[in-house]
Amino acid sequence: MPMPAHETMSSDGGKCCAVLELAVRNHPGVMTHICGLFARRAYNVEGIACMPTGDGSSSRAWLMVNEDERLDQVVKQVEKLHDVIEVRRHEGGHPVFGGLEPYFRS
Amino acid sequence: MFRMTGAEVLIRLLERQGIQTIPGIPGGANLPLYDALSRSPVIRHVLARHEQGAGFMAQGMARVTGKPQVFFATSGPGATNTLTALADAKLDSVPVICITGQVPRSMIGTDAFQEVDIYGMSIPATKHNFLVRSVEELLTVIPEAFRIAASGRPGPVLVDVPKDVQCAEVAFASWPEPGLPATPRDMPAGDLIRAAEMINSSKRPMLYLGGGVIQAGAAGAARAFAEKGGIPTVMTLMGLGAIPSDHPLSLGMLGMHAAPCANLALEECDLLIAAGVRFDDRATGKVEQFCPGAKVVHMDIDPAELGKIRPAQQALVGDVGQALQGLLPLVEDRPNQEWLDRVQALKQEQPMRLGDAKEVRSAYGLIFEAARLAGPEAVVATDVGQHQMRTAQAYPFRTPRRWLTSGGLGTMGFGLPAAIGASMARPDLPVICFSGDGSLLMNIQEMATAVEQHANVKIVLMNNNALGLVRQQQELFYEGNLFASSYGCCVDFVRIAEGFGMRAVNLDTSADPAAEMARAFDHPGPCLIHATVDAAQNVYPIVPPGAANKEMLKGEEYADACA
Ligand SMILES: Cc1ncc(C[n+]2csc(CCOP(=O)(O)OP(=O)(O)O)c2C)c(N)n1
Repeated sequence: MPMPAHETMSSDGGKCCAVLELAVRNHPGVMTHICGLFARRAYNVEGIACMPTGDGSSSRAWLMVNEDERLDQVVKQVEKLHDVIEVRRHEGGHPVFGGLEPYFRS
Repeated sequence: MFRMTGAEVLIRLLERQGIQTIPGIPGGANLPLYDALSRSPVIRHVLARHEQGAGFMAQGMARVTGKPQVFFATSGPGATNTLTALADAKLDSVPVICITGQVPRSMIGTDAFQEVDIYGMSIPATKHNFLVRSVEELLTVIPEAFRIAASGRPGPVLVDVPKDVQCAEVAFASWPEPGLPATPRDMPAGDLIRAAEMINSSKRPMLYLGGGVIQAGAAGAARAFAEKGGIPTVMTLMGLGAIPSDHPLSLGMLGMHAAPCANLALEECDLLIAAGVRFDDRATGKVEQFCPGAKVVHMDIDPAELGKIRPAQQALVGDVGQALQGLLPLVEDRPNQEWLDRVQALKQEQPMRLGDAKEVRSAYGLIFEAARLAGPEAVVATDVGQHQMRTAQAYPFRTPRRWLTSGGLGTMGFGLPAAIGASMARPDLPVICFSGDGSLLMNIQEMATAVEQHANVKIVLMNNNALGLVRQQQELFYEGNLFASSYGCCVDFVRIAEGFGMRAVNLDTSADPAAEMARAFDHPGPCLIHATVDAAQNVYPIVPPGAANKEMLKGEEYADACA
C-alpha cells in the first residue's frame, strides 16, 4: 500500500504517531536495555533503526512507537537509562522510516 | 606507574571507596578476586551461606549507613542466587553493588561450565549493570558503579567480571577518583514559591512521607516543615522513622494496615504534600479514590515518579531535603486549628487498637517488650507477613535508617541477613529481627553467619506454624478456603538455632517470659527468642486488595468503637 514518506502502519493497523530519536552509548547491551524496557511494559516498538555516529563511541537509535497515554511514562523511564544520553520526541512521525520503506516491501 | 592484576585493581578500588566489609561466597569464576581480597589490609570478608543472604547483608549495611555496599558471588548459580536481593534493592532504592565472577571472555556464549548471562538477567533487576570487557575498563567501571548506585534515586548495580579480566595485568599512571553521588540540581525557586502558596492557602493539608525522605537524609527537614506548618503527617512503610511515631502530628502509617484515623484523615484533606513517595498501591488503596478532594504537591528526585500514578498540581523535581528546606521559610507559621482539632478527634475516636498488647507473649506484646529492652537506638529488621505489618503498626519508631523492611518486593527471607548486615555496619547498636516461621525458614542458614560474626541480633520469632498473612487473605477474601497456608510439620526452631551454635530461649515454656526475654537481650551476640502465636489472629485493620482505603475491614478489636 503506498504511503506518504513519513507515515507508516503499526501492527494494529493504526498510524504510528511518534518517533523517538535517542543518542546512546555504543556497546553490546544498549539495545537490550532499551528494548527490554518497552517489552516489560508490553509496549510494542514498531520499528527500529540504529547506527554509530562520529567516532563510534555513541550511536543514534530511532524507535517508531504508537502514541498512547503511556508514552510519557515510558519516555521518562528511557531517559533514566544510564546508556541513554538524550531522547528527542518527534510527534507525528519522522522521515527516517519513510526512507527505509523501500526495503520493507514484501 | 602501577602494575597489577585486574583482581588487585578491583579490590584496591573498593578500598578507595571506603568499603570495609564484603559478604559473599567464592567459586571458580571469582577466585582471583578472593585471592586478592585475602591480602586486603582493610576489607573484611564475611562468608555468607547463600548468595541471597550475602545480598541482603549488603542491603542491611547500605540501609543503615546510606552508603553503597558491595557483595560478591561467583558465576552461574552464584550469580542467579543474587537476583532476588537485587530486585529487592531496586524496588526499595537501596545502593548495593553486586560483583559477580564470569567465565573467561573466550568462553562467553559457549555454555561453559557455570556460565549464565547474568548481565542480561539482571537488567530489569538493577538500576544499571556492566559486563567488564577489558582489564582497563575496571578503572572506570568501578567508580562509575558507585556513582550510579548512590546518585539521584539510589539503586543496585551489577558488575560482571570475566575471570581472565581478573587475572590480566594492567599498567596505569594514577588511580581514578572514587565514585561519589552526583550533586542534585537546584530546585527552581518559582516551583517552591508556587508550592508554598498552595500550602499556605490550604485548609486541610496532610504530609505524606516515604522512603525517599529517609534516603535523602531529610527526616529532620520533614519534621521541621510539619511542625512549622502544623501539618498532620502519615508515613509509608518505607518512610517509618521519618518522624517519631509518638510525635503529636504523626498518624503513623497509611494504607492497607494503617490506623483508621490515618486513612480517614487523608479522605478529608484538601492538599496532599507528598515527599519521596511513589503512590504505591499498598499505600493508596484504590488510587481513583485516594484523597479524593485533594490537590497534590509532589516532591521526588526521580522525574519518572511525578505524574506516574497521580498527577500533581505542583511537582518539585529534585532532592527532597532541599525541597523541604526551601519550603520551610515560605510556609506560614499559622497552623489551622480547626483541622488539627478534627485530626485530633479522629485520632481519639479511631486509633490503632492492638488488642492484648499487655500480654508479653502476644504478637503486639512481643513487639513492645522487645522495643523496651532494645532501647531507643535499636535497629529493627523484619521479614514479610503479619509480623511485619504488626511491627510497622506498633513499633515506637524514633530515628530514620533504623527500620529495615522489604517494602516494594515484600521478600520473605529478608530479615535475618539484613539484620546481620546492619549489625556488621553498626556493631554499636542492638538489632532486633522480627520474623515469622515461614520467612525465617527462607534464609535460616544465615544463623551460622550470625554466630560466626557474633552479630548482636535478637531474632524474635512469632511462630504460628503457618504462612499467616496468606492464611488471613484466604480467610477474608477466599471464603475461608485455607489451602497451602499452614505447615504439617512443626519445626523445632529452638533446637535448630542451637544446632547452629546460637543461643535460644523458648517463651512458650517460660514461667516468666518477660524476665526470660530480658536475659536474652542482656547477653551480647545472636539469640533466637521463640514464641508461639495464634494463627487465627488476623492483622486489622486491612483494606481489601483493590478497595479504597476508607473501606478498611476492622476486626473485633474495633467492634465497640465503629459506627
Ligand atoms: C519469597 C516470598 N514467597 C512468597 C511470598 C508470599 N507471602 C507473603 S506473606 C507470606 C506468609 C509469611 O509467613 P510467615 O513468615 O510465617 O509470617 P506470618 O504472616 O505468619 O507472620 C507469604 C507466603 C513472599 N512475600 N515472599
